[in-house]
Amino acid sequence: MEPTDAELITATLRGQADSFEPLVRKYSPRVFGTARRYARRQSEVEDIVQEVWIKAYQKLHSFRGTAPFEHWLMRLTVRTCYDFLRAHQRNREMAFSELSNEEGDWLESFAQAPESSSETADAARLLIERVLARLSPPARLIITLLEIEDRSVKEIAHLTGWSVTLVKVRAFRARAEMRRVLAKIAKEKYL
Amino acid sequence: MNLGQLQQKLIAAARAIPPSEQVPYAFEQRILARLRDCPAADTWELWSRALWRAAAPCVACMLLLGAWSYYVASTRSPQTDLSQQFDNTVLAATDQEPQVPDTSW
Repeated sequence: MEPTDAELITATLRGQADSFEPLVRKYSPRVFGTARRYARRQSEVEDIVQEVWIKAYQKLHSFRGTAPFEHWLMRLTVRTCYDFLRAHQRNREMAFSELSNEEGDWLESFAQAPESSSETADAARLLIERVLARLSPPARLIITLLEIEDRSVKEIAHLTGWSVTLVKVRAFRARAEMRRVLAKIAKEKYL
Repeated sequence: MNLGQLQQKLIAAARAIPPSEQVPYAFEQRILARLRDCPAADTWELWSRALWRAAAPCVACMLLLGAWSYYVASTRSPQTDLSQQFDNTVLAATDQEPQVPDTSW
């Protein structure tokens, strides 16, 4: 029978570092999936995940065990991703280079027939990545959690450590910011 | 162009393709090796480091205040001496109290 998360955590806290390995193996896919929403380069993603696990190991004593370990770990992951976005805030200006031909074509087809343009097209995915890269760190985090991952305001407040009111205010600002970025893209494309 | 509709379309595109959850080969072992290398955080060590860092500004403050009080004391006239003023304030009530003979007995 495999040991439970609680048993592994207790053993790790007693000094058996090897007991931490099954936890890393079990939850790394989710941490990688989350980190890939905020960083594009593989090296950056690996850095984020590594930092998450080091923080998790160092702060393991603060895990009280009242909620599942996965929830605690995801909170740590989201906060580490947010720190990453803030640390790389200056790079986001550079992300706004000219649109590729595919992105331009997709926008063109959307402008002509919004209903029929495909949302599974690679160009649409590249375009949303470009837009997200242009947003400020809080706006990107909120749009990702609220709109893309479809989480509730309460859940986001729990994950980020912000108050519910702050999440709502930031969500309002994030949507406005995203619309401004899209307006800029449309303007550059058609003017 | 309808920006609201474009926004919804792009968000739907992001939802449609979730990011990969693939973990690089032997990633757990890399993390474990890293954890063994980095020492556990020692609270006492962090405290002592913070206190040593705080020591320099404290010494600087002490020197500045010492110099300032020395300068003020040397330029001040005897009437405005702080100890004298303190004495006067404390003993002011005693000085002003009328000397009434005790007739209670």
